[in-house]
Amino acid sequence: MIPFQYVKPSKPKAAIDTVAKDQTAMFIAGGTNLVDLMKRDVLNPEKLVDINKLPLRKIERENGTVRIGALALNGAVAEDKLVLEKHPLLSQALNAGASAQLRNMATVGGNMMQRVRCPYYYDTAMPCNKREPGTGCSAIEGYNRMHAIFGHSDKCIAVNPSDMNVALVALDAVVLVSGPKGDRKIPFGEFHRLPGDTPHIHTNLQQGELIMAVDVPENPYTKNVHYLKVRDRNSYAFALVSVAAALDLDGSNIKSARLAMGGVAHKPWRLQEAEQFLAGKPANEATFRQAAEVAMRGAKAFEHNQFKLKLGPNTIVQALKNAAGAV
Amino acid sequence: MKDYFFQDTVGKPMDRVDGRQKVTGAAKYSAEYELPNMAHAVLVGSTIARGSIKSIDTKRAENAPGVLAVLHYQNSIKVPGYVQEAHPTEPKPAGKPLQVFIDNQIHFNDQPIAVVVADTLERAMYAAKLVKVQYNVEKHATDFHQNVSKAVLPTVAKRNPKHGLNDYVRGKEDAYKTEPLKIESEYVIPTEFHNPMELQSIIAHWEADNKLTVYDKTQAVIGTQNAFAKDWGIPVQNVKVIATYVGGAFGNGLHTWPHETAAIIAAKKVNRPVKLMLTREQMFTMVGYRPHAWQKVGMSATKDGKITAITHEAIGQTSSYEEFTESTLQQTRMMYTSPNVTTRYRILPLNVSTPIWMRGPGEATGAFALECALDEMAYVIGMDPLEFRLINHTDKDPEKNLPWSTKYLKEAMQMGAEKIGWRKRQLQPGMVKNGEWLVGYGMGVGTFGANRGRAKVKATLHKDGTLVMQSATTDIGPGTGTAMVQIAAQNLGLPPEKIVFELGSSLYPPSPSQGGSATVATVGSAVHAVCQVLKKRLTSMVAGNSDTSFKGATVENLTFKDGYVSLTASPSARLSFGDILKQQNLPELEVTEESSPDASLRQKYSMYSYSVHFAEVQVHPLTGQIRVTNMVSCADAGTIINAKTAGNQMIGGAVGGIGMALTEGAIMDHRFGRYVTKDLAEYHVPVHADAPNISSLFVNKPDLINNPNGTKGIGEIAIIGVAPAIANAIFNATGKRIRELPITPDKLMMV
Repeated sequence: MIPFQYVKPSKPKAAIDTVAKDQTAMFIAGGTNLVDLMKRDVLNPEKLVDINKLPLRKIERENGTVRIGALALNGAVAEDKLVLEKHPLLSQALNAGASAQLRNMATVGGNMMQRVRCPYYYDTAMPCNKREPGTGCSAIEGYNRMHAIFGHSDKCIAVNPSDMNVALVALDAVVLVSGPKGDRKIPFGEFHRLPGDTPHIHTNLQQGELIMAVDVPENPYTKNVHYLKVRDRNSYAFALVSVAAALDLDGSNIKSARLAMGGVAHKPWRLQEAEQFLAGKPANEATFRQAAEVAMRGAKAFEHNQFKLKLGPNTIVQALKNAAGAV
Repeated sequence: MKDYFFQDTVGKPMDRVDGRQKVTGAAKYSAEYELPNMAHAVLVGSTIARGSIKSIDTKRAENAPGVLAVLHYQNSIKVPGYVQEAHPTEPKPAGKPLQVFIDNQIHFNDQPIAVVVADTLERAMYAAKLVKVQYNVEKHATDFHQNVSKAVLPTVAKRNPKHGLNDYVRGKEDAYKTEPLKIESEYVIPTEFHNPMELQSIIAHWEADNKLTVYDKTQAVIGTQNAFAKDWGIPVQNVKVIATYVGGAFGNGLHTWPHETAAIIAAKKVNRPVKLMLTREQMFTMVGYRPHAWQKVGMSATKDGKITAITHEAIGQTSSYEEFTESTLQQTRMMYTSPNVTTRYRILPLNVSTPIWMRGPGEATGAFALECALDEMAYVIGMDPLEFRLINHTDKDPEKNLPWSTKYLKEAMQMGAEKIGWRKRQLQPGMVKNGEWLVGYGMGVGTFGANRGRAKVKATLHKDGTLVMQSATTDIGPGTGTAMVQIAAQNLGLPPEKIVFELGSSLYPPSPSQGGSATVATVGSAVHAVCQVLKKRLTSMVAGNSDTSFKGATVENLTFKDGYVSLTASPSARLSFGDILKQQNLPELEVTEESSPDASLRQKYSMYSYSVHFAEVQVHPLTGQIRVTNMVSCADAGTIINAKTAGNQMIGGAVGGIGMALTEGAIMDHRFGRYVTKDLAEYHVPVHADAPNISSLFVNKPDLINNPNGTKGIGEIAIIGVAPAIANAIFNATGKRIRELPITPDKLMMV
């Protein structure tokens, strides 16, 4: 850790201006990931702009969407009545993440901004393109059990570790951002990036841009939803594979579906082709299995994560079964 | 009714005497002491696994704000004890612990190579990052499986053909090979880390040039005192070691580690007290671990379930500079009736740090292989594994050919089978279901030597009727003070609330380290002894009173109860302990007693504790998710002093066993020789959600051959045998036999 300055503005504009002007400055909210990264010298901001005083904690209904303030706590969102009623899938995903203690510190905006958990990114004694561009990816030929099977590049194969993001991408959320050049909206699926040749660029936010809220549009997926997370222990472990499944059923037929995976790519991985395949089909295991095969097209595994090629489709099938059977 | 009070005390689920301090934060752990003018130290670790330091640039670190010193092999104070050569006529030791800052050699990754001392912790952390090191890199060997052919017999065994680590053959060597009904399987456990909640830490304070006080996280107060006295060439009594509270250790406080000496060097150099606490990442490289081990078991049996032969081989890893060994194969030699038993133990030196005993050391590793092999053999002959174990139960020690001091394993098995509902188990895997989930049952047996050492306890009975006892043992969590209070209460007839047991200081009479499940048997026997002497002294005082009502009193015809002495025959006349002292004009009565095990009894009897663990698991056939849904752990551990703390020990061991079976295991990237799972987010100890209802049951029958309180140890047997119980249950659920721990969903998926 290096010596750093700390400020705590009470107006979004002041926070944004401070970070926009200073390349070494970073926002801090819950700090559940950033502080660890600072202790390990992975991130060395010279100025921390604490945004906890900003009025961004509300969860409210707004023009056919549920608007969740960027500083709403993960735990609070998971238990929120409006979220439980309109977007139970999001609640399930949040509760699958981290531990109760972390959920009570971590914010929605911070969850979106969390860094990959690739061990090479966290240890400055081993090469990592994401931490130090051009040094090489240690995971490709190294320990890659937790790594990507979709969308990876020869520069980086890390995965986005969030559970919340998987539900939000499935639910067509929109990110409300404010920055030095004004406000803009980013569709959730375009917020995170694939690593490509620039794995050191973590998201599509620009320096100084601040997440203000996330809008989750109301949809028919309030009943037959399931977030299934397969992990090494039953709490406080990142996903080996997770699946967010949502079905709009007409009797035993699928009117439409939403499907996304976690633990498989550098961004939450929406499975639109599989969704299209499911639409209009009977909700049974055979359909789910076929959809899973569609979903897995193009997957490529590495030495230690071959199991994801099998666990991935199985988890999709099981999540869909659970969603279809849910009351 | 003489025994009434006794029964009410021993065995009672009394609350921990220090429970309130612990849960309210009043208990002070080593890093929580604040000394005037204290400085802070941070270690710099190597980033290569083998080679030497080419250059070390400390200028920027030295110039950073608040930095008092940056010490390394070029400028460190030389530790006098380090330069002592081995005695010329004695054999060279089998390696030696790592000595800090003596040369530029690198033996493992994250080896401490420098210590930065500053006025605040943050400044020390910052400056530590500014130390720049260049290396001459040499090729390292860290991969166990690639180097397994280099395994060797430990030096202690090579030197002494009678040493227990030599190859062992009972009956015919490798007799299973020619039998018709047999199994032969290989088992692997990864490196596992103790990861107690409290990080290893020390405050070193030179109170004078030759007088050292340390507040240290250690399981061995006296051992640490002796080690530092020897290191620094100062009288033992000039070293004071304080470890009043220890926040878990599981064995990693049984060794004197480099960080401790680094802090003492730093304190000497800056002439201030220095605090050094390891980071969680450093807990993976600087304070030992359960060694990675490969094992092979061959076993044969008759169709009607008699084991005819067992061969058990094990290789455990050690460091390149120090030989660590453990008794991995002991259970195989003595647990079953088999007429033919062969064991072979080897160690494999690698460029890693030295392992250290971790809960159930050796046996927990060995039992995983042995008890899984038992299960595999039972399947070959189509027999219930409980029945198979009962058939091969042995009523005497087949290794030493001695009777057991006590053994109630059969009772434990019956209790446990009843409690878990073993009858629900089907021999055929995959037959029991709960919805989509496959349900399985498994069992595993554990044993560990019922050890006892020598300890001394000082007891001071005050005229207000309170008793203070002191001994230099430690309490790493089992509730040592609580148990000692209960033993004294029982033996002296004094209410527990009037008794205080002080531990964790080298100023107290010597006790061994808290390890090997021996503390209650060892220190408890000294408490027993000191109470007998106190009773004798009180008896002679009342017998000699001018008040003649106690004339002719003997210990035997007196009743000691509730802090009073009375004649058993006429209990109306009674005197409080305090009044007895007052009559003698004594402010207090002080007695110190030492207690040692009877060596002749140890030649006549074989002494072990036993456990049997039953697990019910559910496995999801599609996703490979594993849930342990019920566990029962039963122990034959002699008399149970405190049902609550003993039960707590058993449950803690069972959870540790769930970790071994399902979640724990460090992964190293052998290209770098560095661990890639070195924090509690990536190295998975089990959490609440992984732990089901765990019942702990005790046979609770005394072993009075072992010690006068009838106790046998619990700490180790609580975990030994748990991992195979779970692995066997997973096989029963799925028909999939995973022989490499931990059993994670991906392994089940890829079988």
